[in-house]
Amino acid sequence: MMESLLTNVDWVEIGWASWDTLVMVGMSLLFSVLIGLPVGVLLFLTGKRQLLEQPVAYAILSFIVNVLRSVPFIILLIVMIPVTVMIIGTSLGVAGAIPPLVAGGAPFFARLVETSLREVDRGIIEATQAMGGNVRQIIFGALLPEALPGIIAGITVTAITLVSYAAMSGVVGGGGLGDLAIRFGYQRFQTDVMVITVALLVVFVQLLQMLGDRLVLYFSRK
Amino acid sequence: MRYNQRLFVPYPQGVGQCLTEGLCSVIELDQVQKSYQVGGRAIPALQPTDLTIDTGEVFGIVGHSGAGKSTLVRLINLLERPTGGRVLVDGEDVTHYDAAELRAFRRKVGMIFQHFNLLSSRTVADNIAFPMKLAGIYSKAQIRDRVAELLALVSLTDQGNKYPSQLSGGQKQRVGIARALACRPSILLCDEATSALDPQTTQSVLRLLAEINRELGLTIVLITHEMDVVRRICDRVAVMDGGRIVEMGAVTDVFLHPEHPTTRDFVFESENVDRDELQQDFEHAAGRILRLTFRGESTYKPLLGHVARQSGVDFSILSGRIDHIKDTPYGQLTLSLVGGNLEQAMAEFELADVHVEVVR
Repeated sequence: MMESLLTNVDWVEIGWASWDTLVMVGMSLLFSVLIGLPVGVLLFLTGKRQLLEQPVAYAILSFIVNVLRSVPFIILLIVMIPVTVMIIGTSLGVAGAIPPLVAGGAPFFARLVETSLREVDRGIIEATQAMGGNVRQIIFGALLPEALPGIIAGITVTAITLVSYAAMSGVVGGGGLGDLAIRFGYQRFQTDVMVITVALLVVFVQLLQMLGDRLVLYFSRK
Repeated sequence: MRYNQRLFVPYPQGVGQCLTEGLCSVIELDQVQKSYQVGGRAIPALQPTDLTIDTGEVFGIVGHSGAGKSTLVRLINLLERPTGGRVLVDGEDVTHYDAAELRAFRRKVGMIFQHFNLLSSRTVADNIAFPMKLAGIYSKAQIRDRVAELLALVSLTDQGNKYPSQLSGGQKQRVGIARALACRPSILLCDEATSALDPQTTQSVLRLLAEINRELGLTIVLITHEMDVVRRICDRVAVMDGGRIVEMGAVTDVFLHPEHPTTRDFVFESENVDRDELQQDFEHAAGRILRLTFRGESTYKPLLGHVARQSGVDFSILSGRIDHIKDTPYGQLTLSLVGGNLEQAMAEFELADVHVEVVR
Protein backbone atom coordinates (compact mmCIF):
# COMPACT_ATOMS: atom_id res chain seq x y z
CA MET A 1 0.00 0.00 0.00
CA MET A 2 2.64 2.51 1.17
CA GLU A 3 5.01 1.33 -1.57
CA SER A 4 2.52 1.97 -4.32
CA LEU A 5 1.71 5.45 -3.00
CA LEU A 6 5.32 6.51 -2.56
CA THR A 7 6.89 5.02 -5.70
CA ASN A 8 9.25 7.93 -6.28
CA VAL A 9 10.51 8.30 -2.73
CA ASP A 10 14.14 7.40 -2.29
CA TRP A 11 14.50 7.18 1.47
CA VAL A 12 18.29 7.35 1.42
CA GLU A 13 18.06 10.55 -0.58
CA ILE A 14 15.44 11.89 1.85
CA GLY A 15 17.73 10.99 4.76
CA TRP A 16 20.68 12.89 3.29
CA ALA A 17 18.49 15.84 2.42
CA SER A 18 17.15 15.96 5.97
CA TRP A 19 20.69 15.88 7.31
CA ASP A 20 21.67 18.70 4.96
CA THR A 21 18.75 20.81 6.16
CA LEU A 22 19.76 20.12 9.73
CA VAL A 23 23.34 21.20 9.02
CA MET A 24 22.25 24.34 7.17
CA VAL A 25 19.84 25.38 9.90
CA GLY A 26 22.25 24.43 12.68
CA MET A 27 25.24 26.26 11.24
CA SER A 28 23.32 29.34 10.14
CA LEU A 29 21.56 29.48 13.52
CA LEU A 30 24.90 29.29 15.29
CA PHE A 31 26.33 32.20 13.28
CA SER A 32 23.08 34.17 13.42
CA VAL A 33 23.19 34.00 17.21
CA LEU A 34 26.92 34.75 17.38
CA ILE A 35 26.46 37.86 15.24
CA GLY A 36 22.90 38.80 16.16
CA LEU A 37 23.33 38.70 19.94
CA PRO A 38 26.06 41.35 20.20
CA VAL A 39 24.37 43.45 17.52
CA GLY A 40 21.07 43.20 19.44
CA VAL A 41 22.80 44.19 22.68
CA LEU A 42 24.43 47.15 20.93
CA LEU A 43 21.11 48.19 19.40
CA PHE A 44 19.60 48.16 22.87
CA LEU A 45 22.42 49.97 24.64
CA THR A 46 22.83 52.71 22.05
CA GLY A 47 19.07 53.31 21.86
CA LYS A 48 17.22 56.32 23.22
CA ARG A 49 17.60 56.88 26.96
CA GLN A 50 19.67 53.75 27.41
CA LEU A 51 23.01 53.17 29.11
CA LEU A 52 25.25 54.06 26.16
CA GLU A 53 22.90 56.32 24.23
CA GLN A 54 24.57 56.97 20.83
CA PRO A 55 22.05 58.28 18.31
CA VAL A 56 24.49 58.05 15.37
CA ALA A 57 25.68 54.52 16.12
CA TYR A 58 22.10 53.43 16.69
CA ALA A 59 20.91 54.95 13.43
CA ILE A 60 23.67 53.24 11.43
CA LEU A 61 23.17 49.81 13.03
CA SER A 62 19.43 50.09 12.80
CA PHE A 63 19.65 51.05 9.12
CA ILE A 64 21.82 48.05 8.22
CA VAL A 65 19.53 45.69 10.11
CA ASN A 66 16.46 47.16 8.44
CA VAL A 67 17.96 46.91 4.95
CA LEU A 68 18.84 43.24 5.43
CA ARG A 69 15.42 42.55 6.88
CA SER A 70 13.50 44.32 4.16
CA VAL A 71 15.12 42.44 1.26
CA PRO A 72 12.96 39.39 0.49
CA PHE A 73 15.03 36.33 1.29
CA ILE A 74 14.77 34.90 -2.20
CA ILE A 75 16.38 38.12 -3.51
CA LEU A 76 18.96 38.11 -0.70
CA LEU A 77 19.96 34.62 -1.83
CA ILE A 78 20.78 35.93 -5.29
CA VAL A 79 22.35 39.22 -4.18
CA MET A 80 24.59 37.36 -1.76
CA ILE A 81 26.04 35.02 -4.40
CA PRO A 82 29.27 37.01 -5.03
CA VAL A 83 29.82 37.48 -1.29
CA THR A 84 29.22 33.78 -0.70
CA VAL A 85 31.70 32.82 -3.40
CA MET A 86 34.22 35.12 -1.72
CA ILE A 87 33.75 33.54 1.71
CA ILE A 88 33.07 29.86 0.92
CA GLY A 89 34.44 29.48 -2.59
CA THR A 90 31.12 28.37 -4.03
CA SER A 91 27.53 29.52 -3.83
CA LEU A 92 26.18 26.02 -4.27
CA GLY A 93 25.33 23.19 -1.91
CA VAL A 94 24.95 23.20 1.84
CA ALA A 95 28.00 25.37 2.52
CA GLY A 96 26.98 27.90 -0.13
CA ALA A 97 23.59 28.34 1.50
CA ILE A 98 24.94 29.28 4.90
CA PRO A 99 26.17 32.87 4.29
CA PRO A 100 22.84 34.10 2.86
CA LEU A 101 21.02 32.30 5.66
CA VAL A 102 23.15 34.13 8.22
CA ALA A 103 22.63 37.42 6.37
CA GLY A 104 18.91 36.85 6.72
CA GLY A 105 18.90 35.32 10.22
CA ALA A 106 21.35 37.53 12.14
CA PRO A 107 19.54 40.89 11.71
CA PHE A 108 16.23 39.18 12.43
CA PHE A 109 17.60 37.73 15.65
CA ALA A 110 19.29 41.03 16.57
CA ARG A 111 15.91 42.79 16.61
CA LEU A 112 14.43 40.04 18.73
CA VAL A 113 17.30 40.42 21.22
CA GLU A 114 16.81 44.19 21.32
CA THR A 115 13.10 43.73 22.02
CA SER A 116 13.61 41.21 24.80
CA LEU A 117 16.22 43.43 26.45
CA ARG A 118 13.79 46.33 26.35
CA GLU A 119 11.31 44.22 28.22
CA VAL A 120 13.63 43.92 31.19
CA ASP A 121 12.37 46.27 33.90
CA ARG A 122 14.41 49.50 33.94
CA GLY A 123 14.44 49.20 37.70
CA ILE A 124 16.76 46.20 37.38
CA ILE A 125 19.33 48.35 35.58
CA GLU A 126 18.89 51.12 38.12
CA ALA A 127 19.29 48.70 41.03
CA THR A 128 22.44 47.21 39.54
CA GLN A 129 23.85 50.70 39.01
CA ALA A 130 22.97 51.60 42.58
CA MET A 131 24.90 48.51 43.76
CA GLY A 132 28.00 49.83 42.00
CA GLY A 133 27.82 47.69 38.87
CA ASN A 134 29.63 48.86 35.74
CA VAL A 135 28.21 48.61 32.23
CA ARG A 136 29.76 45.19 31.57
CA GLN A 137 28.35 43.84 34.84
CA ILE A 138 24.94 45.31 34.11
CA ILE A 139 24.88 43.58 30.70
CA PHE A 140 26.23 40.18 31.69
CA GLY A 141 25.10 40.05 35.31
CA ALA A 142 21.63 41.50 35.05
CA LEU A 143 20.31 42.30 31.57
CA LEU A 144 21.17 39.10 29.69
CA PRO A 145 20.18 36.68 32.49
CA GLU A 146 16.90 38.54 32.97
CA ALA A 147 16.19 38.55 29.24
CA LEU A 148 17.25 34.92 28.77
CA PRO A 149 13.75 33.44 28.36
CA GLY A 150 12.96 36.08 25.75
CA ILE A 151 16.26 35.48 23.98
CA ILE A 152 15.65 31.72 23.89
CA ALA A 153 12.20 32.33 22.46
CA GLY A 154 13.94 34.55 19.89
CA ILE A 155 16.39 31.76 19.01
CA THR A 156 13.43 29.41 18.48
CA VAL A 157 11.66 31.85 16.18
CA THR A 158 14.91 32.48 14.30
CA ALA A 159 15.56 28.72 13.92
CA ILE A 160 12.10 28.20 12.47
CA THR A 161 12.53 31.10 10.10
CA LEU A 162 15.85 29.60 9.03
CA VAL A 163 14.14 26.26 8.28
CA SER A 164 11.90 27.96 5.76
CA TYR A 165 14.78 30.10 4.43
CA ALA A 166 16.88 26.96 4.05
CA ALA A 167 14.12 25.31 2.04
CA MET A 168 14.05 28.38 -0.23
CA SER A 169 17.77 28.11 -0.87
CA GLY A 170 16.93 25.03 -2.97
CA VAL A 171 15.95 27.48 -5.70
CA VAL A 172 19.51 28.73 -6.19
CA GLY A 173 21.14 25.34 -5.79
CA GLY A 174 21.35 24.97 -2.04
CA GLY A 175 20.96 21.49 -0.61
CA GLY A 176 18.51 19.88 1.75
CA LEU A 177 14.83 19.12 1.74
CA GLY A 178 13.90 22.28 -0.16
CA ASP A 179 16.27 21.36 -2.96
CA LEU A 180 14.68 17.89 -3.10
CA ALA A 181 11.20 19.31 -3.15
CA ILE A 182 12.04 21.64 -6.01
CA ARG A 183 14.04 19.23 -8.13
CA PHE A 184 11.77 16.20 -7.73
CA GLY A 185 8.50 17.38 -6.31
CA TYR A 186 8.16 20.46 -8.50
CA GLN A 187 10.24 20.00 -11.63
CA ARG A 188 9.51 16.27 -12.07
CA PHE A 189 5.94 16.37 -10.74
CA GLN A 190 6.69 13.77 -8.07
CA THR A 191 3.94 14.75 -5.66
CA ASP A 192 4.82 12.00 -3.21
CA VAL A 193 8.32 13.46 -2.74
CA MET A 194 6.79 16.90 -2.23
CA VAL A 195 4.42 15.57 0.42
CA ILE A 196 7.17 13.76 2.30
CA THR A 197 9.55 16.74 2.30
CA VAL A 198 6.82 19.10 3.46
CA ALA A 199 5.78 16.64 6.16
CA LEU A 200 9.38 16.37 7.36
CA LEU A 201 9.71 20.16 7.44
CA VAL A 202 6.52 20.41 9.48
CA VAL A 203 7.80 17.81 11.94
CA PHE A 204 11.13 19.62 12.15
CA VAL A 205 9.47 22.94 12.94
CA GLN A 206 7.22 21.32 15.54
CA LEU A 207 10.19 19.73 17.27
CA LEU A 208 12.08 23.04 17.30
CA GLN A 209 9.10 24.88 18.77
CA MET A 210 8.60 22.24 21.46
CA LEU A 211 12.26 22.28 22.43
CA GLY A 212 12.27 26.10 22.48
CA ASP A 213 9.14 26.29 24.60
CA ARG A 214 10.56 23.83 27.09
CA LEU A 215 13.78 25.78 27.42
CA VAL A 216 11.87 29.05 27.87
CA LEU A 217 9.80 27.45 30.60
CA TYR A 218 12.90 26.06 32.27
CA PHE A 219 14.62 29.44 32.35
CA SER A 220 11.54 31.50 33.29
CA ARG A 221 11.42 32.25 36.98
CA LYS A 222 8.55 34.67 36.80
CA MET B 1 35.22 50.47 67.55
CA ARG B 2 31.50 50.16 67.05
CA TYR B 3 29.94 46.76 66.71
CA ASN B 4 26.81 45.55 65.08
CA GLN B 5 25.18 44.03 68.12
CA ARG B 6 23.24 41.39 66.31
CA LEU B 7 25.91 40.20 63.95
CA PHE B 8 28.93 40.82 66.20
CA VAL B 9 31.06 42.15 63.41
CA PRO B 10 33.06 45.35 63.54
CA TYR B 11 32.21 48.06 61.07
CA PRO B 12 34.82 48.96 58.50
CA GLN B 13 36.76 52.10 59.33
CA GLY B 14 34.81 55.29 59.10
CA VAL B 15 31.45 53.70 58.52
CA GLY B 16 28.54 54.21 60.85
CA GLN B 17 30.64 56.02 63.38
CA CYS B 18 30.99 59.64 64.15
CA LEU B 19 34.54 60.85 64.35
CA THR B 20 33.59 63.89 66.41
CA GLU B 21 31.41 64.01 69.48
CA GLY B 22 27.71 64.45 69.00
CA LEU B 23 25.95 64.31 65.69
CA CYS B 24 27.94 64.91 62.58
CA SER B 25 26.47 65.29 59.18
CA VAL B 26 26.79 62.48 56.75
CA ILE B 27 24.89 63.78 53.73
CA GLU B 28 24.96 67.43 52.73
CA LEU B 29 23.25 68.87 49.72
CA ASP B 30 24.59 72.29 48.87
CA GLN B 31 22.41 74.24 46.44
CA VAL B 32 21.76 71.02 44.57
CA GLN B 33 19.41 71.33 41.63
CA LYS B 34 18.23 69.21 38.77
CA SER B 35 16.47 70.02 35.55
CA TYR B 36 15.70 67.89 32.52
CA GLN B 37 16.10 68.92 28.91
CA VAL B 38 12.81 68.39 27.18
CA GLY B 39 12.65 69.57 23.59
CA GLY B 40 15.42 72.11 24.12
CA ARG B 41 13.82 73.57 27.25
CA ALA B 42 15.04 72.96 30.77
CA ILE B 43 12.26 71.59 32.96
CA PRO B 44 13.23 71.96 36.62
CA ALA B 45 12.63 68.84 38.73
CA LEU B 46 14.41 70.12 41.81
CA GLN B 47 14.95 73.77 42.72
CA PRO B 48 18.29 74.63 44.37
CA THR B 49 18.10 72.82 47.68
CA ASP B 50 20.16 72.77 50.86
CA LEU B 51 19.76 69.79 53.10
CA THR B 52 21.79 68.14 55.82
CA ILE B 53 21.06 64.62 56.96
CA ASP B 54 22.85 63.50 60.11
CA THR B 55 24.58 60.23 60.90
CA GLY B 56 22.27 57.56 62.19
CA GLU B 57 19.02 59.41 61.73
CA VAL B 58 15.98 58.27 59.82
CA PHE B 59 15.15 61.14 57.50
CA GLY B 60 11.82 61.16 55.71
CA ILE B 61 11.03 63.03 52.52
CA VAL B 62 7.33 63.26 51.88
CA GLY B 63 5.55 64.68 48.88
CA HIS B 64 3.06 63.92 46.15
CA SER B 65 4.25 62.28 42.97
CA GLY B 66 6.12 64.79 40.84
CA ALA B 67 7.16 66.83 43.87
CA GLY B 68 10.81 66.00 43.23
CA LYS B 69 11.42 63.57 46.06
CA SER B 70 12.40 60.73 43.74
CA THR B 71 14.91 63.00 42.06
CA LEU B 72 16.25 64.21 45.39
CA VAL B 73 16.96 60.73 46.73
CA ARG B 74 18.63 59.67 43.44
CA LEU B 75 20.93 62.68 43.61
CA ILE B 76 22.43 61.25 46.79
CA ASN B 77 23.87 58.17 45.07
CA LEU B 78 24.13 60.00 41.75
CA LEU B 79 21.70 57.80 39.86
CA GLU B 80 20.70 61.29 38.77
CA ARG B 81 23.43 63.83 38.07
CA PRO B 82 22.75 67.24 39.58
CA THR B 83 22.69 70.11 37.09
CA GLY B 84 24.12 72.36 39.79
CA GLY B 85 25.38 72.35 43.35
CA ARG B 86 27.37 69.85 45.38
CA VAL B 87 26.53 66.54 47.04
CA LEU B 88 28.80 65.94 50.02
CA VAL B 89 28.91 62.61 51.77
CA ASP B 90 31.14 62.45 54.83
CA GLY B 91 32.55 65.77 53.69
CA GLU B 92 33.59 64.61 50.24
CA ASP B 93 32.06 66.04 47.09
CA VAL B 94 30.90 62.89 45.34
CA THR B 95 29.94 64.67 42.14
CA HIS B 96 33.63 64.83 41.22
CA TYR B 97 34.25 61.10 41.58
CA ASP B 98 35.49 59.23 38.51
CA ALA B 99 33.71 56.06 37.38
CA ALA B 100 35.65 53.69 39.66
CA GLU B 101 35.36 55.96 42.71
CA LEU B 102 31.66 56.36 42.05
CA ARG B 103 31.13 52.59 41.98
CA ALA B 104 33.06 52.21 45.22
CA PHE B 105 31.01 55.01 46.76
CA ARG B 106 27.74 53.41 45.68
CA ARG B 107 28.65 50.26 47.58
CA LYS B 108 28.55 52.42 50.72
CA VAL B 109 25.01 53.48 49.89
CA GLY B 110 22.38 50.74 49.85
CA MET B 111 19.08 51.32 48.09
CA ILE B 112 15.69 49.64 48.16
CA PHE B 113 12.85 50.23 45.73
CA GLN B 114 9.08 50.35 45.55
CA HIS B 115 8.99 47.41 43.14
CA PHE B 116 11.92 45.64 44.80
CA ASN B 117 13.89 45.30 41.52
CA LEU B 118 15.13 41.83 42.39
CA LEU B 119 16.66 39.71 39.65
CA SER B 120 14.01 37.15 38.77
CA SER B 121 16.64 34.86 37.27
CA ARG B 122 18.56 34.50 40.54
CA THR B 123 17.64 32.83 43.79
CA VAL B 124 17.10 34.84 46.95
CA ALA B 125 20.60 33.98 48.15
CA ASP B 126 22.13 34.90 44.79
CA ASN B 127 20.24 38.19 44.78
CA ILE B 128 21.72 39.05 48.16
CA ALA B 129 25.16 37.95 47.01
CA PHE B 130 24.90 39.99 43.80
CA PRO B 131 26.29 43.33 45.06
CA MET B 132 29.19 41.51 46.72
CA LYS B 133 29.97 39.71 43.47
CA LEU B 134 29.82 43.02 41.60
CA ALA B 135 32.29 44.49 44.08
CA GLY B 136 34.76 41.73 43.23
CA ILE B 137 36.62 42.09 46.53
CA TYR B 138 34.98 39.29 48.52
CA SER B 139 35.92 35.61 48.60
CA LYS B 140 33.34 32.91 48.01
CA ALA B 141 33.40 31.99 51.70
CA GLN B 142 32.92 35.62 52.76
CA ILE B 143 29.95 35.94 50.44
CA ARG B 144 28.41 32.69 51.68
CA ASP B 145 28.75 33.68 55.33
CA ARG B 146 27.45 37.19 54.76
CA VAL B 147 24.42 35.90 52.84
CA ALA B 148 23.60 33.53 55.71
CA GLU B 149 23.90 36.42 58.21
CA LEU B 150 21.65 38.65 56.16
CA LEU B 151 19.04 35.95 55.56
CA ALA B 152 18.86 35.57 59.35
CA LEU B 153 18.66 39.35 59.83
CA VAL B 154 15.60 39.61 57.60
CA SER B 155 14.10 36.33 58.88
CA LEU B 156 14.31 34.48 55.58
CA THR B 157 16.81 31.79 56.55
CA ASP B 158 14.81 28.97 54.93
CA GLN B 159 14.04 30.87 51.74
CA GLY B 160 17.54 31.25 50.29
CA ASN B 161 17.02 28.79 47.45
CA LYS B 162 13.68 30.14 46.34
CA TYR B 163 13.21 32.50 43.42
CA PRO B 164 11.71 35.98 43.98
CA SER B 165 8.51 35.01 42.16
CA GLN B 166 7.83 32.46 44.89
CA LEU B 167 7.85 35.12 47.62
CA SER B 168 5.22 37.51 48.92
CA GLY B 169 5.66 41.28 48.53
CA GLY B 170 6.87 41.70 52.08
CA GLN B 171 9.39 38.90 51.68
CA LYS B 172 10.62 40.41 48.43
CA GLN B 173 11.23 43.72 50.17
CA ARG B 174 13.11 41.88 52.93
CA VAL B 175 15.34 40.37 50.25
CA GLY B 176 15.74 43.88 48.85
CA ILE B 177 16.82 45.12 52.28
CA ALA B 178 19.24 42.23 52.76
CA ARG B 179 20.72 42.90 49.32
CA ALA B 180 21.07 46.61 50.09
CA LEU B 181 22.96 45.78 53.29
CA ALA B 182 25.29 43.19 51.71
CA CYS B 183 28.30 45.45 51.31
CA ARG B 184 27.82 47.02 54.77
CA PRO B 185 26.68 50.45 53.63
CA SER B 186 26.58 53.45 55.95
CA ILE B 187 23.53 54.91 54.22
CA LEU B 188 20.30 53.24 53.16
CA LEU B 189 18.06 54.97 50.61
CA CYS B 190 14.44 53.84 50.52
CA ASP B 191 12.45 54.76 47.44
CA GLU B 192 8.77 54.33 48.31
CA ALA B 193 9.82 51.06 49.91
CA THR B 194 6.43 50.25 51.39
CA SER B 195 4.12 51.80 48.81
CA ALA B 196 3.47 48.48 47.05
CA LEU B 197 2.78 46.63 50.30
CA ASP B 198 -0.40 46.09 52.28
CA PRO B 199 -0.71 47.84 55.67
CA GLN B 200 0.37 44.88 57.80
CA THR B 201 3.37 44.08 55.64
CA THR B 202 4.23 47.78 55.64
CA GLN B 203 4.33 47.68 59.43
CA SER B 204 6.68 44.71 59.55
CA VAL B 205 9.00 46.20 56.92
CA LEU B 206 9.05 49.52 58.81
CA ARG B 207 9.84 47.67 62.04
CA LEU B 208 12.74 45.96 60.28
CA LEU B 209 14.03 49.30 58.98
CA ALA B 210 13.78 50.84 62.45
CA GLU B 211 15.65 47.86 63.89
CA ILE B 212 18.38 48.15 61.29
CA ASN B 213 18.69 51.85 62.00
CA ARG B 214 18.98 51.22 65.73
CA GLU B 215 21.29 48.23 65.63
CA LEU B 216 23.53 49.02 62.70
CA GLY B 217 23.55 52.79 63.14
CA LEU B 218 22.73 53.22 59.48
CA THR B 219 21.54 56.58 58.20
CA ILE B 220 18.23 56.01 56.46
CA VAL B 221 16.76 58.37 53.89
CA LEU B 222 13.24 57.41 53.07
CA ILE B 223 10.88 58.89 50.53
CA THR B 224 7.18 58.26 50.68
CA HIS B 225 3.81 59.79 49.98
CA GLU B 226 2.39 58.38 53.20
CA MET B 227 2.72 60.57 56.28
CA ASP B 228 2.01 57.48 58.35
CA VAL B 229 5.34 55.94 57.32
CA VAL B 230 7.10 59.12 58.41
CA ARG B 231 5.22 59.13 61.70
CA ARG B 232 6.25 55.58 62.49
CA ILE B 233 9.99 55.61 61.95
CA CYS B 234 11.40 58.99 60.97
CA ASP B 235 13.29 61.38 63.22
CA ARG B 236 13.11 64.32 60.87
CA VAL B 237 11.06 65.03 57.81
CA ALA B 238 11.16 67.30 54.81
CA VAL B 239 7.94 68.03 52.96
CA MET B 240 8.35 68.64 49.25
CA ASP B 241 6.10 70.41 46.81
CA GLY B 242 6.80 71.65 43.29
CA GLY B 243 10.47 70.71 43.34
CA ARG B 244 11.37 72.39 46.61
CA ILE B 245 11.36 71.63 50.31
CA VAL B 246 8.48 73.61 51.80
CA GLU B 247 8.79 72.50 55.40
CA MET B 248 11.37 70.62 57.40
CA GLY B 249 11.92 69.72 61.00
CA ALA B 250 11.56 67.09 63.71
CA VAL B 251 8.68 64.77 62.89
CA THR B 252 6.91 65.62 66.15
CA ASP B 253 6.98 69.35 65.32
CA VAL B 254 6.00 69.02 61.70
CA PHE B 255 3.35 66.45 62.44
CA LEU B 256 1.71 68.19 65.35
CA HIS B 257 2.08 71.73 64.12
CA PRO B 258 2.13 71.66 60.34
CA GLU B 259 2.64 75.10 58.83
CA HIS B 260 2.60 74.74 55.06
CA PRO B 261 -0.70 73.88 53.32
CA THR B 262 0.88 70.81 51.68
CA THR B 263 2.05 69.55 55.05
CA ARG B 264 -1.41 70.11 56.53
CA ASP B 265 -2.92 68.12 53.69
CA PHE B 266 -0.57 65.23 54.37
CA VAL B 267 -1.21 65.25 58.10
CA PHE B 268 -4.99 65.42 57.74
CA GLU B 269 -4.89 62.73 55.10
CA SER B 270 -2.94 60.41 57.36
CA GLU B 271 -5.40 61.01 60.20
CA ASN B 272 -8.37 60.27 57.98
CA VAL B 273 -9.89 63.59 58.97
CA ASP B 274 -12.49 65.08 56.67
CA ARG B 275 -11.97 68.78 57.16
CA ASP B 276 -15.36 69.85 55.86
CA GLU B 277 -17.12 67.48 58.19
CA LEU B 278 -15.02 68.72 61.07
CA GLN B 279 -15.90 72.31 60.19
CA GLN B 280 -19.60 71.46 60.31
CA ASP B 281 -19.23 69.85 63.72
CA PHE B 282 -17.53 73.00 64.95
CA GLU B 283 -20.42 75.16 63.80
CA HIS B 284 -22.80 73.28 66.07
CA ALA B 285 -20.49 73.63 69.04
CA ALA B 286 -20.88 76.50 71.47
CA GLY B 287 -18.16 78.67 73.08
CA ARG B 288 -14.47 78.77 72.30
CA ILE B 289 -12.84 75.96 70.41
CA LEU B 290 -9.31 74.97 71.38
CA ARG B 291 -6.97 72.36 69.97
CA LEU B 292 -4.75 70.86 72.62
CA THR B 293 -1.62 68.96 71.75
CA PHE B 294 -0.09 66.69 74.36
CA ARG B 295 3.37 65.32 73.82
CA GLY B 296 5.35 62.71 75.72
CA GLU B 297 4.45 62.17 79.38
CA SER B 298 1.67 64.77 79.47
CA THR B 299 -0.31 62.54 77.10
CA TYR B 300 -1.22 60.25 79.96
CA LYS B 301 -1.98 62.90 82.64
CA PRO B 302 -5.61 63.22 83.85
CA LEU B 303 -5.56 66.90 83.01
CA LEU B 304 -9.00 67.80 81.63
CA GLY B 305 -11.03 67.21 84.81
CA HIS B 306 -8.43 69.02 86.85
CA VAL B 307 -8.48 72.11 84.65
CA ALA B 308 -12.28 72.10 84.48
CA ARG B 309 -12.55 72.09 88.28
CA GLN B 310 -9.90 74.78 88.72
CA SER B 311 -11.28 77.20 86.14
CA GLY B 312 -14.95 76.30 86.22
CA VAL B 313 -15.22 75.81 82.46
CA ASP B 314 -17.42 73.15 80.94
CA PHE B 315 -16.02 71.27 77.98
CA SER B 316 -17.11 68.88 75.34
CA ILE B 317 -14.74 66.89 73.16
CA LEU B 318 -15.21 67.48 69.43
CA SER B 319 -12.44 65.23 68.19
CA GLY B 320 -9.40 63.51 69.57
CA ARG B 321 -6.73 60.92 69.08
CA ILE B 322 -3.87 59.39 70.97
CA ASP B 323 -1.01 57.81 69.05
CA HIS B 324 2.75 57.59 68.73
CA ILE B 325 5.24 59.47 66.64
CA LYS B 326 8.12 57.03 66.43
CA ASP B 327 8.63 56.43 70.19
CA THR B 328 6.93 59.58 71.45
CA PRO B 329 3.31 59.30 72.56
CA TYR B 330 1.12 62.23 71.67
CA GLY B 331 -2.52 63.23 71.91
CA GLN B 332 -4.56 65.83 70.12
CA LEU B 333 -7.93 66.98 71.43
CA THR B 334 -10.30 69.54 70.02
CA LEU B 335 -12.54 70.94 72.76
CA SER B 336 -15.32 73.45 72.94
CA LEU B 337 -15.26 75.38 76.21
CA VAL B 338 -18.20 77.16 77.78
CA GLY B 339 -18.40 79.37 80.89
CA GLY B 340 -15.87 79.65 83.72
CA ASN B 341 -12.51 81.37 83.46
CA LEU B 342 -11.20 80.60 79.98
CA GLU B 343 -7.95 82.53 80.49
CA GLN B 344 -7.16 80.48 83.56
CA ALA B 345 -7.97 77.22 81.78
CA MET B 346 -5.59 78.07 78.97
CA ALA B 347 -2.88 79.04 81.43
CA GLU B 348 -3.35 75.73 83.28
CA PHE B 349 -2.94 73.79 80.03
CA GLU B 350 0.18 75.72 79.11
CA LEU B 351 1.55 75.10 82.56
CA ALA B 352 1.14 71.34 82.03
CA ASP B 353 3.23 71.55 78.84
CA VAL B 354 0.23 71.24 76.59
CA HIS B 355 0.28 73.22 73.39
CA VAL B 356 -2.88 75.27 73.00
CA GLU B 357 -4.18 76.55 69.70
CA VAL B 358 -7.33 78.66 69.53
CA VAL B 359 -9.40 77.42 66.61
CA ARG B 360 -12.34 79.78 67.13
